[in-house]
Amino acid sequence: MQAETVRGAMFDTDELVINMGPQHPSTHGVLRGVLRLDGEKVVDCDVVIGYLHRGIEKLSENRNWTQIILLTDRMDYVAAATSNVGYCETVEKLLQLEVPRRARYVRTILCELQRIASHCLWVGTHAMDIGAMTVFLYAFRERELILDLFEEFCGARLTYNSMRIGGLPQDIPPGWDKKVLEFCSIMDTKIDEYETLLTHNRIWLERTKGIGIISGEEATGLGLCGPALRGSGVARDVRKDEPYSAYDEMQFDVPVGTEGDTYDRYLVRMEEFRQSLRIIRQATEGIPEGPIVGKVPRLIKPAAGETYHAIESPKGELGYFIVSDGKSTNPYRFRVRPPSFCNLQGLRRLVRGHLVADVVALIGSIDIVLGEVDR
Amino acid sequence: MADDPKPPETPKPPAAPAAKPAAPAAKPPAAAGEAHVPKAAPATGPAEPPPPAGTEPPAYISSLRAAIPGGVTATSLYLGDWTIIVPATHLIAVARYLRDSRDARFDYLSDLTATDWPPRTEARFDVIYCLYSTRHRHRVRVKVRVSETDPLASVTGIWPAANWLEREIYDMFGVNFTGHPDRRRILMPEDWQGFPQRKDYPLEGPGELLMENPIDWLKLRQAKEEAEIE
Repeated sequence: MQAETVRGAMFDTDELVINMGPQHPSTHGVLRGVLRLDGEKVVDCDVVIGYLHRGIEKLSENRNWTQIILLTDRMDYVAAATSNVGYCETVEKLLQLEVPRRARYVRTILCELQRIASHCLWVGTHAMDIGAMTVFLYAFRERELILDLFEEFCGARLTYNSMRIGGLPQDIPPGWDKKVLEFCSIMDTKIDEYETLLTHNRIWLERTKGIGIISGEEATGLGLCGPALRGSGVARDVRKDEPYSAYDEMQFDVPVGTEGDTYDRYLVRMEEFRQSLRIIRQATEGIPEGPIVGKVPRLIKPAAGETYHAIESPKGELGYFIVSDGKSTNPYRFRVRPPSFCNLQGLRRLVRGHLVADVVALIGSIDIVLGEVDR
Repeated sequence: MADDPKPPETPKPPAAPAAKPAAPAAKPPAAAGEAHVPKAAPATGPAEPPPPAGTEPPAYISSLRAAIPGGVTATSLYLGDWTIIVPATHLIAVARYLRDSRDARFDYLSDLTATDWPPRTEARFDVIYCLYSTRHRHRVRVKVRVSETDPLASVTGIWPAANWLEREIYDMFGVNFTGHPDRRRILMPEDWQGFPQRKDYPLEGPGELLMENPIDWLKLRQAKEEAEIE
């Protein structure tokens, strides 16, 4: 391409191919983007993944059903309890096992705490990538409170292994539910803090409004899920459409955006914070008494068959497709439908025409965890 | 990578390691019997129980059967989920019908995955499309049986979400998708040989280069270098 300047001289302009390499502070993990730029505008972006591929699906074919729970932790390591719950629920569906009500309530509380923890990490890193570094420190301070609650429950801060097929490995410690309620009251004020810093901040608005607009139809076709889809106006939430755990007994709203840009996805997640607190309060105040684990057979061997079960993880629809051959103690096929993988597919479509700095904002807006993308 | 908590004693058909947390002292007779019998032959195919007699299939399945003759080989109902088994030749027509017809409206491709059934030599792979309708909020699974050599039409024109999902199936299983805009490996490096998720691919990876002890790697590399110098 050639451009004429005022003086009449001709300049050769070419497209520049830049590598936003797997080692990059803003790619949220080992993500590689090969950007084709026209000046500072992105013409195309080839997203290369696979740097964190550990073969979890293949490994699971050689582990028994309970051992796989450890592997599910390590996919979405930011929200490990939701991956655990998704897997356990799929196996319970295969076994046609009834989970006691108390276990379902505690699972709901843990999932929603995990949602808040994941969104805290999201808001912190997304804001930091865009330049608002204070939010990162504030968000991680609250995330620490949640990690303390988890540590008291199951002993770990990141990879919990906190679910078992049929329920939970142990009951909640005494006084834990009071601590959860205290946390809820602290968190309410902190969400207001984050909103004060970002929501009406002129720089934030300029960096996020109008960036990465995608319509609801296109987002559905592309397979986006979670807040990325809800930001475009599609009211799809597995907790409402196909309730699992104790969500059918909870009252909550699902925030939906209008424009489908980064700002709307941000607003959707900020509102999800508040709705999660609402669910946690309801669940904690109403925990029923009872056993914490159902009647699970000594040897877990579901009958031959296959099933797909999805839950709503903080990133979107997390689905498990598990095939059992009825003969061995390992699954025949273990497939995870990772929300981050399907959302990341949309990145190529979202960045077209935007600036390089917007690529960073969009990666944060989609909210990916490479452990889940690559498995 | 070298310190696997589980030593890879038997790479292939799912080994049942005896040292399991759930291995109790008093085993039920079936399990005790299995511990002595050498690993049972792998299952020959997925369990696809047909719907019990008298169950009404959802309206869209009946209208699909009417609209596309030969489009539905069989249906299955298990744990409340319907599965439609479709011949590979009719896949695109069925997919388009399911996306567009008024009582189906499956506009969301939840998942696209494959399973390998090596004993079923004429069509070893099952490619499974998990569909969801945001309008009617129902789900269905579509299953296609395909062999390693037969090509399968790509549905990226119908659901763009299939792009990366089909790339992953190609990468992991080696299923040929025709009409895919970008058919290359996604999780493994581009020049990788072999399809890792197949049942005959070892868990530890390509055999001859795998060594338990790093000292052996160094010895082998040294030997190679010396050979080259000579």
